[in-house]
Amino acid sequence: MADSDLPTDKRLLLLDATDNVLVACVALSPGTALTIDGEAVTLADSVGMAHKLARRDLAAGVAVIKYGAPIGSTTAAVPKGGHVHLDNMKSDYIATVNETTAAVYDGKAT
Amino acid sequence: MRGWQRKDGRKGIRNIIAVAYLVECAHHVSRQIAAGFPDRDVHVIGFPGCYPNSYAERMMIELCTHPNVGAVLLVSLGCESFNRRGLAQAIAESGRPVETLVIQQTGGTARTIAEGRQWLGETWPLLDAEEPVAMATDELIVGTICGGSDGTSGLTANPAMGRAFDLLIGEGSACIFEEAGELIGCESLMAERSARPELAAEILAVMDKTVRYYATLGYASISPGNAEGGLTTIEEKSMGAYAKSGASEIVGLLKPGDRPTTGGLYFLDVVPDGDVRFGFPNISDNAEIAELIACGAHLVLFSTGRGSVVGSAIAPVIKVCANPETYRHLADDMDVDSGRILEGRGDLDQVGREIRDLVVAVGDGAETRSEALGHREFILTYKSFEPIGPSCLPAA
Repeated sequence: MADSDLPTDKRLLLLDATDNVLVACVALSPGTALTIDGEAVTLADSVGMAHKLARRDLAAGVAVIKYGAPIGSTTAAVPKGGHVHLDNMKSDYIATVNETTAAVYDGKAT
Repeated sequence: MRGWQRKDGRKGIRNIIAVAYLVECAHHVSRQIAAGFPDRDVHVIGFPGCYPNSYAERMMIELCTHPNVGAVLLVSLGCESFNRRGLAQAIAESGRPVETLVIQQTGGTARTIAEGRQWLGETWPLLDAEEPVAMATDELIVGTICGGSDGTSGLTANPAMGRAFDLLIGEGSACIFEEAGELIGCESLMAERSARPELAAEILAVMDKTVRYYATLGYASISPGNAEGGLTTIEEKSMGAYAKSGASEIVGLLKPGDRPTTGGLYFLDVVPDGDVRFGFPNISDNAEIAELIACGAHLVLFSTGRGSVVGSAIAPVIKVCANPETYRHLADDMDVDSGRILEGRGDLDQVGREIRDLVVAVGDGAETRSEALGHREFILTYKSFEPIGPSCLPAA
């Protein structure tokens, strides 16, 4: 991909040239000015250390690529620089269950 | 390194006494026997169930005859179904001192504790008289696990441990990675890395089984803490976890209790065979650590981002902390600060070398942080497995 040659903020990590997400090396607050592939982006969300940001505008229903491999699909459109997490992506295998999305395990398939 | 020679040809990096309860009803007595020796390496292990389970019996045989174990005291209540005679016989045949105390026959709690402590007191001098021998890295088996993972685990600790694995494999060690439930999404990558097409087919079958198993449970192996730490899906966690395996060819597939037959990289399948019967394959990290040890692992590399503090009975656990903030907060529990890579203080090759050197130092007797803090966690529950297929092990 040609745009991997363009400058990206040092606080963001690109793990593989084919990835469409970047990883935050430090916690970033809303309003932080970032450069992604040569373009200025102002962060809208709070992004924790090791959380993911969209490297480009992502439509709903596309594969999220990290480490050069698909790690799930978007469930909503995410703008470039947006926080990619449980609100806008899902597993293509087994749903992620967390304290906000599920009751205590009761032995039944969900 | 410094090893203890066992009759079966293996060498241990520790020379501990295991006190093994054969049902939960004998757990307190076992703990109290061990508590009489606070300054010695007396490790309590056991199986809590009263109903028979061939997996658990096999695990107990492998753990009680593990090369790090020098002698074993079995503690039975008396009416449980565990085959205590078979276990005692296997230990005796391995050349280790072994004694069985049956609480109902010995006369209750206090008498059994006193008899147990007396046996340990008589047995220590026998172990202390054993002279250690030289041990080389090609005699070493190392396991790896991650626990309390976050988004940093797959960036720093896991790939650094993978590099340490590659270095150790280059020196002839056998290295074992596992957690099929946390390799969902990596199946084709693992198949491509298999040494033989028949092995690739076996690994793909394990991964099919794993996806079915977790789908039936309705849960993937991903926790709220994982998600808070930036991991969104099981595939993402898997890609990070997979990095622990390094870049070496996969030479074999094991199930709990199977031993590597050569040096090289092995994949351990911990997901039960058949229908879902006894619940989660990995109810907590120590269940998998015990399974790695039952495969002969002398020590275990444990990567953590959120900050696990556990160690294990029988084998030392080296903790590699992935997250620099966690390291600063829990430094006393951590052996390696791999999160420094994120802050530009070192790279994966440096940390991989540091981990490899620490493995050899711990093999030579250096204490890990979890050993120094007294961590000796152990858990064993019900499971069922079919034997591995004929193409799973490399030609020796």
